[in-house]
Amino acid sequence: MRILVNGAWRETVAAELSCVLQELGYGEAVVATAVNGEFVAADVRPGTRLAEGDRVEVLAPMQGG
Amino acid sequence: MLQLYGTSLRSRLLLGTARYPSPAVLTAAVRAARAEVVTVALRRESGGERAGQGFWSIIRELGVRVLPNTAGCHSVKEAVSTAHMAREVFGTPWIKLEVIGEDDTLQPDVFGLTEAARILCADGFEVFPYTTEDLVVAERLLAVGCRVLMPWGAPIGSGRGLNNLFGLTALRAHFPDVPLIIDAGIGVPSHAARALELGFDAVLINTAVAQAGDPVQMAAAFAQAVEAGRSARLAGPIEPRDLAAPSTPVIGTAFRR
Repeated sequence: MRILVNGAWRETVAAELSCVLQELGYGEAVVATAVNGEFVAADVRPGTRLAEGDRVEVLAPMQGG
Repeated sequence: MLQLYGTSLRSRLLLGTARYPSPAVLTAAVRAARAEVVTVALRRESGGERAGQGFWSIIRELGVRVLPNTAGCHSVKEAVSTAHMAREVFGTPWIKLEVIGEDDTLQPDVFGLTEAARILCADGFEVFPYTTEDLVVAERLLAVGCRVLMPWGAPIGSGRGLNNLFGLTALRAHFPDVPLIIDAGIGVPSHAARALELGFDAVLINTAVAQAGDPVQMAAAFAQAVEAGRSARLAGPIEPRDLAAPSTPVIGTAFRR
């Protein structure tokens, strides 16, 4: 299945958001997620199923003003 | 003490964390500023690089309170989603709400801002809206639940200081009990001192420190300016007048009839 992760197309075999994050190497990194523009809390990532063409955002702390 | 959503702060200088020459300079600048609150953001992270993880550990080691922003958001939906993501990652209900309406000036979209503020306040966020000096917008932001306002001094990063003194003075006079933090546009410590002298409660500085020739020295200079401005405000500045008034007593002046 192809999904858009942070603006780049990725091929994934996983269907759940938590598994996709593992597959893409985020491991235990402190990140927040959104699917198709909607926030997905960390505790519901395991039950969040993705579909072909979904847009996933994975954000982390960064410098800001 | 400065009170922001029930949190007492000694420092009236909030510092941004972007655009420093290195993480070491950022750390030293935060300490030199004696800042208790720093602003942070969220950006896309790749699974391999993990740039954000290193930054986050630096901020945690500083032991300061963080104020996450929604910088770069141009719509209500983006800002609300980003705020939720920030609350989870940073573990704070505080959010510096930015909804940008115009790219040349980075002027806030005050219509989107008030709508996003309404949604977030209702959801338990403690919203710090980045706004203009417009009194009507300020009223709306307070009406939807904001208890702190962050009016701009000048466009972000412009270093032009307090662009609209009349408007900002009116805002201060209109809302005497609302914490008002000048956010954006401050260029040099005298701008910050002026803001505090006018009765603003605090200033948020980023570019003016981070891009200075010596950011650490500039951070210390801003800390002094903010303290001086606040002391002056408490001391009660004299009113300006049009004509001279001799400071030396005129009674007993020699060589007069």
